[in-house]
Formats: sequence, C-alpha cells, structure tokens
Amino acid sequence: MSCRVALEASHAVAEAVRMADVDVIAAYPITPQTHIPERLAEMVADGELSAAYIPVESEHSALSACLGAVAVGARTFTTTAGQGLELMHEVVYVASSMRYPMVMVIANRALSAPLSVWGDHSDVMSVRDTGWIQVFAQNNQEAFDLVLWGFRVAEDSRVLTPVMVNLDGFTLSHVTEAVILPEQEVVNSFLPPFHYPFVLNPDKPATHGAFAAPDIYTETKISQEVALRKSKDILLQGWQEFGDMFGRHYRPVEIYRVEGAKTLLLTMGSFTETAKMVIDARRDRGELVGLVSLRLWRPFPFTEFRQAVKEADTLIVLDRSISFGGQGGPVCSEVRSALFSEPKRPVVVSFVGGLGGRDMAEEDFGYVLDRGREVAAKGSPELFETVGVRGEVSGIRDL
Amino acid sequence: MPKEASLSQLVNKYFYTHQFPTMWCPGCGCGTVAMAMVRAIDRLELDFDKVIHVAGIGCAPVAHWYTTFTALQTAHGRALASATGIKLANPELTVVVTLGDGDCAAIGGNHLIHACRRNIDLTAIVYNNFNYGMTGGQVGPTTPLEAITSTAPYGNLEPPFDLCKLAEAAGATYVARGTVYYIRELISLIEQGIKHKGFSFIDVFTPCPTSFGRRNKQGTPGQMFKAQKDLTVPIKKAKGLSPDELQGKWPRGVLVEKEAPEFTEEYEKLIARVQKRSS
Ligand SMILES: Cc1ncc(C[n+]2csc(CCOP(=O)(O)OP(=O)(O)O)c2C)c(N)n1
Ligand code: SF4
Repeated sequence: MSCRVALEASHAVAEAVRMADVDVIAAYPITPQTHIPERLAEMVADGELSAAYIPVESEHSALSACLGAVAVGARTFTTTAGQGLELMHEVVYVASSMRYPMVMVIANRALSAPLSVWGDHSDVMSVRDTGWIQVFAQNNQEAFDLVLWGFRVAEDSRVLTPVMVNLDGFTLSHVTEAVILPEQEVVNSFLPPFHYPFVLNPDKPATHGAFAAPDIYTETKISQEVALRKSKDILLQGWQEFGDMFGRHYRPVEIYRVEGAKTLLLTMGSFTETAKMVIDARRDRGELVGLVSLRLWRPFPFTEFRQAVKEADTLIVLDRSISFGGQGGPVCSEVRSALFSEPKRPVVVSFVGGLGGRDMAEEDFGYVLDRGREVAAKGSPELFETVGVRGEVSGIRDL
Repeated sequence: MPKEASLSQLVNKYFYTHQFPTMWCPGCGCGTVAMAMVRAIDRLELDFDKVIHVAGIGCAPVAHWYTTFTALQTAHGRALASATGIKLANPELTVVVTLGDGDCAAIGGNHLIHACRRNIDLTAIVYNNFNYGMTGGQVGPTTPLEAITSTAPYGNLEPPFDLCKLAEAAGATYVARGTVYYIRELISLIEQGIKHKGFSFIDVFTPCPTSFGRRNKQGTPGQMFKAQKDLTVPIKKAKGLSPDELQGKWPRGVLVEKEAPEFTEEYEKLIARVQKRSS
C-alpha cells in the first residue's frame, strides 16, 4: 500500500533516492540543501539504502565523483545549491557532454556577493546552457515524483542525459507537507535497473571524454544538441507512464484557469502555488486572468509554450533572477524570443521578484498582475521592473 | 612593559558592538579566538589602516562581521587566494586570514598548500572545531576517527589531517597550535605569527558545542573548553614523550619557526633585477 506521510521536501527527495535504489551518492553540504545529504547519509548508515555515500571535500569533487560512478554503471545522485552549483560549473558541462545519466537536485539559492543563503533562481539560470534536462518542482510531492521520473528518463538509452530537479530553497526544501509514498514494487516497475550501455570495461577498452580537435568538436556538440531536443518526446512519455502508474500527471507547461484569459502570469517553482491563490481571487472578481508555469526548462518546450499563451493579449513573466545588463529576467528573454516569430503574440511584460529570499506575498502577485496590465496597455515595454525594491532604482523601466 | 588594554577597551575599539549579540551559539569558542586575535593585534600596536582581515565562509569567518578592521569576505575556501592577491598588490599591509577548518582544508585545501609553499607573508588563523559547524555539523577533513557527525552517524571512517604537519610539509615557515583553553598562550602564538616574516599558520582548537559537542557527548561548553587540557601537550613536553605516550594528544605551542625567502620580497627583488638589466 502506498502511504501518505508528512515530509519536508528535502526528506521527500531522500525517500525518492532510496526507492530508486541509488548506488552512489556524493555530496558536499550547503544551505539550504543540507537536509538531503544528511538524510541520505543516515539511510546508508542505517542500511535502509545499500549505496556508497561519499562525503567529498567540495562540490567540484562531488560531481567529479559522480562522473566516475556513472562511467562504471552506477545509478548516481548528487545535490547542491547556489555557490555549490557555481563551484561545480565546469563539471556540470562535462557530465552532460559525456552523456552520463544521473539526477541532481538543486535547492535553489541566491548567489554571492553579498552572501545570501536564501532562495532565488540565480544558481540554475547560470547553468541554463549546460545541456542538462532541467525541471522545476512546485511542492514536496512533485520533488519526490520528479526525482523518480528523472532517473527513468535520464537512463533511457535514447536520452542518456543528466537531469536537474530544481526546488526552491527553504520555501520548499524546509517546508513539511503531505507526500504520498508509493509501494516499492510499483517504483520498481516504473524504474527498471540501470544498464549503462557504455560502461568502462577493461576487456573492451574505450576512453570517455577525450580530446576533440576542430574537425570533430562541432559534430560532437551538435549531436548532443540533437539528442537533447529529441529527448523531449521521451520525457513526455515518461510523464505519461508516471501518470498511468501513480495517478499524478505532469506536463512541460502547466496551465491553471486559462479559459478565456486575456492576461496570463508566468511563474516557475514554488511561486506557482501562491500565484494560484491570487488567480482564484481575481477570477472570483470576474477578471480574465490565468496562470502558466514552466515545469520543463530544458529542453525548452516551444510548442507547448506557444500553444499555452497564444490566445492571451498580455503575458506577465515573473523571474527570480537577473540577467545583468540584458533584458531583465532570463526566463522573460527566453519567452520573448520564443514568441517573436509568432503571427499573433501577447505583449510580454517582465518582472523580477523574490531575490535572495525576499518574500513574494499575495499582494505582490496582485501588484504584478495590475501593474503588468497597465504597462502592457501603454505599449510595448522593453525593460523590467523589480517588485518591491526600495530606493531610486524601483522604476528601471522609466530610466 | 606598557599596561594592556582592558577587555572593554578592546571590545569598544575593535568590535562593532551594535552588531552584538553575535550569531555564534552560546558556548561557542569562535568569540574567544576572535578576541585573542584582537588582543594580539593590539599588543603589536599595528596601524589600524594597514590591517586587512580576510575571511572565507563558515561560523569562524563571520568574525569579520563584528571586527572593525577593513575586511574582505570571499567565497567558501577562497580566503587564502584572495589574501595572496591583497598582499602582492600591497605588501605593506598586514593580512590576517580567518578560516574554518573545512574552509581551509577541504574546499580550500589547494590554496592552503600553495600559500605555504610560496611562504607569502600572511597569517592564517584556523578555527578548528572538527566539523562543518555552520551547515549543521557534517564530517570534514579534521573530524577525528569514529567521531559522530550528521553525515557520519555511526562514526567517521576517514583519518583526519594533522593540519600543522600539512602546513609544515607544504613549506610554511611558522606553524603553531593553540587552544581557546590556554588563552594567554593563544594570544602570544597569534602575536608571534603576525610578527613572523613569511607564511604563518595557526591551528586553533575551539569547541563547537552545538554541532559537534552534542553529537559526541562532550558535555557542556565549559567541559569542552577544559577537555583541551587533556587533548593537547606543550611541544617541549611532547618532544620527550614516546609515540605511545603521545597517542591521542596533539602538541601545542610553536611547532615550526624558521627563516626562508618571503614571496613578496623575492618578487620585488626580481622586478628590481629585471628592471636594472633592461635599463
Ligand atoms: C561553494 C560552497 N559550498 C558550500 C558552502 C556551504 N558552507 C558554508 S560554511 C560551510 C562549512 C563550514 O565549515 P568550516 O569551514 O569548518 O567552518 P565552521 O562553520 O565550522 O567554523 C559550508 C559547507 C558554501 N558556502 N560554498
Ligand atoms: S554551530 Fe558550532 S561553530 Fe557555529 S556558532 Fe554554533 S557552536 Fe559555534
């Protein structure tokens, strides 16, 4: 029997890793990720999970250890946040370019300086182009589900690409909610044992990750790009089968109360659930507003995204990080260019909020909806606005 | 001998008292080490404007949040690399570096051995509490064998570093070990370290009652301070002990003090030599 238990998202992740029967875990502690490796270390020590837990000396070593483990065929997990992901950066590219399937959970955290341990999406945005499959969880159940799903799709022989599951630091990682844990047999049938097709084997000598001269480098990179794009169908299939087995259904672009909506708000991660409450209240008042959230960030779900927003007049995008000197939020620039070639497209308005753990309360979402429509009505806005920032800088749009 | 500043004079001169209480847990040794550093600097009568306090990330490095020195807080593990940049750019400055043991020997271990090797005139003070305190007490490269941590719930399997031996082998020309229990000794170890020309490395045993002491049943913070009496032996005495007698004890005091060319001075000499040749 499946059971419903109260778990913080970090422990829900650890449960998923346990049920996935992972072989190797290598991690370095960093707030707000620490509860994940701590729980896993405990599970390994208690014999609840038969795995090697490697308490490495840095994140760079954590992911490097994972590379080695996958190369010899181990199901492998790591987890980090903020500065840790930055220190890993070099190896993040190596993992995806070597086509090493594994799952990494990021408890999203702001980046220094100034030092902040609180949540935003600056960390994951800095690895946007690294070639990993990247998804966002909105609550604890999703954190659990996406880890299981992550192993399943990463290890698919047509994909062989690592998966990064993002969950917001503190607002998810440290929050306790009810989570349904499935039966082990069901998990086993969803997630077959891992057979890495290119296991390093002295009897069949091969080298992974060797040198590529200019005559072959382009081809390797393009084959990686083709594979990542093609993986989308398998990711969707994975969600389909997950839904059939577990009764919870996931889509690359989630929509909420979009029927007849003239204005759509776009969010990612845990902001989505707060935004839903605000959309409900506005709908009750008769406003034609709805919500779109990106679950799949890489490969970017162009078709599903365009489909989701095509009837709207205004699309308000709320980013949790800044692309300095660029168009504002990285998600917004992406979304704008995804719409550029569309014959009919909404006016896109960009907001940045919730940096370094700054709370985004219901009123703030309400402000974003009102102000976003006001800006859209005035014409085509180019710059972004930061929600609730104090001082002269609040109206960057007006500069 | 001039009269020493009183404790309240020191606190008012060197600390942002409006920032108190500190974020350190009650009974933590970090404040004692920071106080020893300040006392040492005060005794040396250094020009306040010529002291730079560099810190990494962790409980220990937050010392610079409270001290009134000009400070640079860098990324976790990178303090010695940034301090090297400061010292080379302006060798006149006295650069004191506050590090956690993980900061220094795990994520930043590479910078440590290279700072030692270069013998650059920095003073590194390592607040060694045997675990990653700030992140909740995980196992690190100084955690004693069999000690319990949040990521080694049945005891640590990995032998720890003897940080002083590591620094000595890598080329540090002043290496000392102190404790918060023997506070007078600690102050003079830091004082000598700052005076020493070359890389000075001071390993300071300091209790972390919250993350380490509790898990390892080490009693109250007071008991943890006192335990340092049994855990360490003065270096003079240690030299007369057999390996068996030294088992489980750490020598304390100045362990290495020698002269060797200092990096920034050698650098200046090289510049002078090359400029002379080309002119
Ligand atoms: C790149 C990176 N990884 C991880 C962290 C999280 N982190 C902050 S302090 C710390 C360890 C602290 O231990 P230590 O250096 O021994 O200092 P203490 O807190 O015990 O004084 C860690 C792992 C970080 N800030 N940056
Ligand atoms: S966690 Fe340990 S080292 Fe950090 S402030 Fe508390 S007692 Fe001190």
